[in-house]
Amino acid sequence: MITIDAGSLDFEQLGDQLRRLAGEEIVIERCLGQRYIGSGLKNTNIEIYGTPGNALGAYLGEGSRIVVHGNAQDATGDTMSGGSIVVHGSAGDAAGYGMRGGTMLVRDSAGYRAGIHMKQYGQAYPALVIGGSAGNFLGEYLAGGVILVLGLDRPAGVAPVGRFCGTGMHGGKIFLRGDAIPPELPPQVAMQPAAPEELEAEILPLVREYAEAFGVPPAHLTDRPFLRLMPNSRNPYHNMYVNN
Amino acid sequence: MDLYVHPLFEVVRNEKKCVACRACERQCSNCVHAYNPDTGEMEADDSKCVNCHRCVSLCPTKALKIILTDHCFRPNANWPGENINEVYKQANSGGVLLSSMGTPKPHPVYFDRILLNASQVTNPPIDPLREPMETRVFLGKKSQKLERNAEGQLVDNLTPQIPLTMPLLFSAMSFGSISYNAHASLARAAAALGICYNTGEGGLHADFYPYGPHTIVQVASGRFGVHGDYLMAGAAVEIKMGQGAKPGIGGHLPGHKIAGDVARTRMIPPGSDAISPAPHHDIYSIEDLRQLVYSLKAATGNQKPIIVKIAAVHNVAAIASGVARSGADIIAIDGFRGGTGAAPTRIRDHVGIPIELALASVDARLREEGIRDDVSVIAGGSIRSSADWIKAIALGADACYIATGALLALGCHLCRQCHTGLCNWGIATQRPDLVKRLNPEIGAERLVNLVHAWQHELKEVMGGMGINSVEALRGNRLMLRGVAMTQEELDILGIKHAGV
Repeated sequence: MITIDAGSLDFEQLGDQLRRLAGEEIVIERCLGQRYIGSGLKNTNIEIYGTPGNALGAYLGEGSRIVVHGNAQDATGDTMSGGSIVVHGSAGDAAGYGMRGGTMLVRDSAGYRAGIHMKQYGQAYPALVIGGSAGNFLGEYLAGGVILVLGLDRPAGVAPVGRFCGTGMHGGKIFLRGDAIPPELPPQVAMQPAAPEELEAEILPLVREYAEAFGVPPAHLTDRPFLRLMPNSRNPYHNMYVNN
Repeated sequence: MDLYVHPLFEVVRNEKKCVACRACERQCSNCVHAYNPDTGEMEADDSKCVNCHRCVSLCPTKALKIILTDHCFRPNANWPGENINEVYKQANSGGVLLSSMGTPKPHPVYFDRILLNASQVTNPPIDPLREPMETRVFLGKKSQKLERNAEGQLVDNLTPQIPLTMPLLFSAMSFGSISYNAHASLARAAAALGICYNTGEGGLHADFYPYGPHTIVQVASGRFGVHGDYLMAGAAVEIKMGQGAKPGIGGHLPGHKIAGDVARTRMIPPGSDAISPAPHHDIYSIEDLRQLVYSLKAATGNQKPIIVKIAAVHNVAAIASGVARSGADIIAIDGFRGGTGAAPTRIRDHVGIPIELALASVDARLREEGIRDDVSVIAGGSIRSSADWIKAIALGADACYIATGALLALGCHLCRQCHTGLCNWGIATQRPDLVKRLNPEIGAERLVNLVHAWQHELKEVMGGMGINSVEALRGNRLMLRGVAMTQEELDILGIKHAGV
């Protein structure tokens, strides 16, 4: 275990150190908003005390794990392809943009445009779990993977997401705890109660992962039904054009 | 479907020459030709013909030709037949008109109104056959100052560069929009020539990683096929913000083209549409762009130059200035005559500005602001010949991107139907029987021939100017004169009228 005091390092100095230490167990103390922490790293564990800056864990590779004891800022896990990011707090805007693998657990809430254009292929199946609520445009252009929003900060009857959830989505699934219908759902999105087998196979494993990461009793997380949002079509625009 | 739309082309078959061998029938993916067993003759459905010349080229008796129909509407200067037919198509379908390749409209081509200089008597021409001519360039930020260490020795403060044997690159065409064999041809040719090709936004096929030093990997809003190894695989990373043929809109590869290796390389399920949104949803400002630039620098350990590609639009000079300040090492500007594998017709034909004007104004703006050496500039968007290439360099480009010219070398006949996926020449298709028509060894050889010929032409023109290094041609507008242009056009291009 190697400890870095980031209090006097700029983002490039910190990035250089992290790249040299790739593959190690690293603790960053006094993190003061340095950007791009863990960008592209594989098989590296980073524990962060303080507040990491934007693009934390961008392009994160297989076998890496980043734990933040605090809030994360924007573009957390941008285009990450594996590993996991655990945020003991909230994440800013555009968390998990273009994620194609791995898991991101956000204890509290996420800003606008979380989980945009996540995608999947074969075994690579990204999962984004948000304990609180998510802002507008959650899962816009979603192409694969799964987003679970627990809405622990919302009373029953209030949807845990903002407006335009799933706009343009053409793959993947979004699960929302509770039965409140999200405001201004776009026409590409089909909403259904989650099926019992989905609860068992897809929701509960993520719930257990969340509960374990943040020390919450799992039963508390499943006391409401779940809604499932899926795209109407994998080819939403195929009738839009005429050959010229 | 095509109610009221008369076929544009007519298939003319010389019955005396035709031996009904049915080669045309086998070659045509559009199913134009058919054998009639009752008459023993070949028949053609003109309405399906796209005039790609595949049948014409392969007819063993040269019995075929394709002509433009002389069928006409009542003449009307305000309503040409093309417009009328487009209205019919949209009334039939309700669809957005979709086209491929660069605009065919008669927009002004400023390259054709620019003439080059040559030396006479004083400052004599140089003979490139006898004397060395340097065409090598390095793309990337050039340090403004020399640094020395305590011992007085020079410190290498040069940021990463793309070395090129000549200022030319093959521009972005994704695997998916073009075929495996087309990518293989480009990769092999780039390696043989000591230049680079560009993956486009569809990821990098596992087979082509060995060509990494000659590859530019692209990151677009859809982030298809982007992961750590991919970013490290190439000579540079290009962020696609825009494309000249379709500024302001994204990309859309339909699900029927996402099969097998294309799905694996893009890392999305087969059959699923590959949608690249118009914006990067994490970029709403130059500061946000800077964040993506620096996250890519971080992910590549500061080893790869970062290119930001933008479409040439009205305020391109101000945008380029912002991009130069974002930390990008190279700006690629794509003019509006540039090609595409699919774009809405109206956007392709009407949105953006010509590369000549965009390039000249960007170069001038960056110089004015004292940041020209912070970035290299790549110009693309219809560089059709070495003459266009040379003029672009003299207007300020460090290098040029070519794509349509490269596809022509591979056999493309500019029928502009890439979006249908039925390319009879094995280029813009994923159908295995069509893809195998393009032999990547022959394709690479033809590309090498083309580029070597252009390089030689570049050297001859440079020699004529008395210039023996292409870097001395870059931004050298004294080598250019305009004809048939207004003073304003000349001012924007920064050149004088011929005769002055």
